[in-house]
Amino acid sequence: MPSRKVLLSGNEAVGEGAVLAGCRFYAGYPITPQNELTAYMARRLPEVGGVFVQAESELAAINMIMGASSAGALAMTTSSSPGISLMQEAISYMAGMEVPVVVVNVMRGGPGLGNIAGSQGDYLQATKGGGHGDYHMMVFAPSNVQEMFNFTQEAFRLSQKYRNPVMVLADGYLGQIMEPLEIKKAELPPQNQGWILDGAKAREPRLLKSLYLPSEDLEGFNLHLQDKFRRMEEEILWEGSEVEDAEKILVAYGTSARICKEVVRIGRRAGKKWGVFRPITLFPFPYQALQKIGKGCEKILVVEMSSGQMLEDVLLAVDDKNKVEFYGRMGGSLPEKEEIMKRLGSGV
Amino acid sequence: MKPLYKRPESLRDVPTHYCSGCGHGIIHRIIAEVIDELGIREKTIGIAPVGCAVLAYDYFNFDVMEAPHGRPPAVATGIKRVLPDRIVFTYQGDGDLAAIGTGEIIHAGLRGEKLTVIFVNNSLYGMTGGQMAPTTLIGEKTATTPKGRCAEREGYPWNVVEVLKLFPGVTYVARGAVTQPKNIRRVKVFIRKAFLNQVENKGLSLVEVLSPCPVNLRMEPFEAVRWVEENLAEVFPLGEFKG
Repeated sequence: MPSRKVLLSGNEAVGEGAVLAGCRFYAGYPITPQNELTAYMARRLPEVGGVFVQAESELAAINMIMGASSAGALAMTTSSSPGISLMQEAISYMAGMEVPVVVVNVMRGGPGLGNIAGSQGDYLQATKGGGHGDYHMMVFAPSNVQEMFNFTQEAFRLSQKYRNPVMVLADGYLGQIMEPLEIKKAELPPQNQGWILDGAKAREPRLLKSLYLPSEDLEGFNLHLQDKFRRMEEEILWEGSEVEDAEKILVAYGTSARICKEVVRIGRRAGKKWGVFRPITLFPFPYQALQKIGKGCEKILVVEMSSGQMLEDVLLAVDDKNKVEFYGRMGGSLPEKEEIMKRLGSGV
Repeated sequence: MKPLYKRPESLRDVPTHYCSGCGHGIIHRIIAEVIDELGIREKTIGIAPVGCAVLAYDYFNFDVMEAPHGRPPAVATGIKRVLPDRIVFTYQGDGDLAAIGTGEIIHAGLRGEKLTVIFVNNSLYGMTGGQMAPTTLIGEKTATTPKGRCAEREGYPWNVVEVLKLFPGVTYVARGAVTQPKNIRRVKVFIRKAFLNQVENKGLSLVEVLSPCPVNLRMEPFEAVRWVEENLAEVFPLGEFKG
């Protein structure tokens, strides 16, 4: 399929990315700021012979995609922070049953009902487990509309490769922003269908479960999962902008990284040796890359739309913790360029 | 010699973990017989609940998956919408279906999902030690209603079948009891119709099965059977209600 260029919102780009990756089942429940995405799937999926279900709750939506994926379909649900909280139980079950799905969180301000502005307050929930038990999801952090599209496709590929839920972690600003997008169909490898439940015709019956009553059985299964989570490290992605000679490095992802890149552009024009390190996979986190880059610089400023959640991973990565400073905004407020520059020690 | 009675192919040749006098084993066998008789074993997918019957997947000889507590109708919706020519059923207890999963069963019914639901009502939470369920009778003693369920304090039981029959998307509902052989044979008739309803693509079918739990009722098995017939079936009357 030749590529073509269109103007889409980040939310719609996720939808089109999913459809072109082969997603044929979507269940969702209305919540701002991701409603364009649910509406896009309602319109688009039937065009390609897929199934759209408006669920009665986020609980039902995530469990519907659990069933759909178990029956062999590429399946996705999307929501925003409070809805994602409701989905944590089923995400844990799917990690435990090794059912691959894609979950998109277009984050909004919290805690509680919070507000509908973009935020990055769900980093810890997304990367450290979120639900009960020892598990992780791969987490992609896009920072523009093109990446919303691309990483949704990657999320489908890797959810299948590892038989594990994968999250695309965006925020309300990325969901709403409109940018030109190059539409290109991903070449996904054929699915492994050797585990799906489609009726035991000419084969032994199959079972999908997460219950292992004897402790040694459950521990054995957990060791298998942990090994899988370690193997995901080969998928680590990050982007460095002007980090090679940087004396001061900003660490940010998603919308915050866009702002940081602009700061570095302005700073470089004034001769400042600044750079941006942007983790793209938040789990697994690019600890080693950041450690290496951190060695050569004098200051690392972590910028987030949260109270400092990724900050914990940056501190784990960097040898000299004294170098690390933090600037965060919460409640849907955006980090300000001038404030970032001030904290970098410059009145550019 | 032609055998008159044998283990259905849909039921594995293994002992179950169920307690003496429990109804689950009988209900499993009825489901397995019906699936064999309809010739749908190779295209059936069952959903096991959280509760005593979670291990049903060790006993059924077809594809089975587990679901979070209360969510089997949502999981089943996902499977059936992807594979509309397969037979998908959920097996749920009263806590699973009528308490934590109330939203899922109501909306699966409202959407008219082409599913079969086997709803086992023993008036309490069995696996966790006999707590009050949404189907616990007024006056019934449980671990969490030690003086008996009091309407003033704990509210009333609710009749799932009588509610679901109101929905246009629900096309077959019945309530039976695995007590005396006459009633057990009727349960089989109901379950057969419920699966046929799905084979004919007609919408959601649900069979509630009143079932004794002697251990948590603190009764001898025979006494528990009599209690189901004389007390539980008073509040939850037996019969076909729709279809």
